[in-house]
Amino acid sequence: MSRRVAITGNEAIAEAMRQINPDVVAAYPITPATEIVQMFANSVSDGKVDTEFVTVESEHSAMSAAIGASAAGARAMTATSSQGLALMWEMLYIAAGLKLPIVAPIVNRALSAPINIHCDHSDTMGARDSGWIQIYSEDAQEAYDNLIQAIRIAEHPDVLLPAMVTMDGFIVSHGMSNAEFLDDDVVRGFIKEYEPKHYLLDVENPITVGALDFSDWYFEHRRQVADAHTRVKDVVLQVAEEFKGISGREYKLFDGYKLDDAEYAIVIVNSAAGTAKTVVDELRAKGLKAGLLKIRLFRPFPQEEIVEALSGKKAIAVLDRADTLSLMGGPLYIDLRAAMYDSPGPRVKMVNYIYGLGGRDINMEQIAGVYNDLVEIVKTGEIKRSVTYLGVRE
Amino acid sequence: MSAAEKGWKDVPMGGLILEAGNAKEYETGDWRTHKPVWDEDKCSHCMICWVFCPDSAILVKDGKMQGIDYKHCKGCGICAHECPRKCIEMVLDTGKDGEAGASE
Repeated sequence: MSRRVAITGNEAIAEAMRQINPDVVAAYPITPATEIVQMFANSVSDGKVDTEFVTVESEHSAMSAAIGASAAGARAMTATSSQGLALMWEMLYIAAGLKLPIVAPIVNRALSAPINIHCDHSDTMGARDSGWIQIYSEDAQEAYDNLIQAIRIAEHPDVLLPAMVTMDGFIVSHGMSNAEFLDDDVVRGFIKEYEPKHYLLDVENPITVGALDFSDWYFEHRRQVADAHTRVKDVVLQVAEEFKGISGREYKLFDGYKLDDAEYAIVIVNSAAGTAKTVVDELRAKGLKAGLLKIRLFRPFPQEEIVEALSGKKAIAVLDRADTLSLMGGPLYIDLRAAMYDSPGPRVKMVNYIYGLGGRDINMEQIAGVYNDLVEIVKTGEIKRSVTYLGVRE
Repeated sequence: MSAAEKGWKDVPMGGLILEAGNAKEYETGDWRTHKPVWDEDKCSHCMICWVFCPDSAILVKDGKMQGIDYKHCKGCGICAHECPRKCIEMVLDTGKDGEAGASE
């Protein structure tokens, strides 16, 4: 029987990891992800998992150890946040380039400087071109469900890519909410045993991993990584369909909220989507055709499906909890604009709001203000500012 | 490399090498600018060059120096430097004598 519990995001992730029972976990503590590793370490000490738990001296070593374990043939995991993810940087690209299906929950936190421990998405958004699959989660339930599904997605023979599952630091990681846990045997039946095709501990079939790859082959191997990403979308949907069978909960590439007939749409990821949905409800009650698109799979980017869902809207606001400092807006906005270049029909008006950096709250009035801006843009046909810093003190 | 005609769909993923003992297929001799030339008459077969060669490019049979594996010798010159009888000389590799060389 599944269990309904009041739980924090970190507890939900630690519980998913206990149920996944990975062969190897290598991790280093960092706020706000520390609890995940701490609680998982309790599971190791209490003999509830069979995991080889490696306490490393840094996140660089954590990802290195996960890569070594995965290359050896293990199901390997780690968890981190912010500076920890930044310190993993060079190893992220190696995990993807070697096509190792490591799965890592990442608790979103701002990057220094100035030093800050609260939520924004600059950590994982910065890793968006590393070759990792990225799945964003609105709340503890989604984080739990996404982490379990990520194992199947990453390890799928058509994919074999590392995957990170993100949730918002403190807002979700330390906030208490309702969630439903699956039974241990249901989770284990769902994720199955990991059966790598080529691995270092297969002494009957010795292989070399990580050989020098100059101008004669590097290009071909990186091309394989891109090719693997083309198959991720279908696998994500297949896995979601199976997951619905064991949980009753439905997942797609993204979540449209009152989007089909919407004229004004907001695109957003993670916890602020919850606040924005309430605003959509209020505006709908007043007769405004407001809608929302919450991206779940951000890497690879499901362009066709998103363009189809947003085509015909009168105006779109993309809300980014990170900046690119390219002066062209946040990372979601830049991708959305590029994606919509291929949309049929007249060009839709699109604007960007960068909000919530370093854990700054975003409230319903601010989001309602964004919809009002969209109405004004459509009315006047004029975009006064394409990128707005929402909630910063002037 | 002969396999260079293959495309990204034809090779093992992630740069894996699935066959053991294939380093000798990667011929590094064409990295060389200078090549060691061995004077067999002066050689005492002390094997010091064989010990020091970082590329295992000193050919040996029955405890005797046989010559240099020019397909893999990168021309570092360590053998010439270490040889106590000065019977290995580094000369500019023009590639004209049929061996792999930088100018080839």
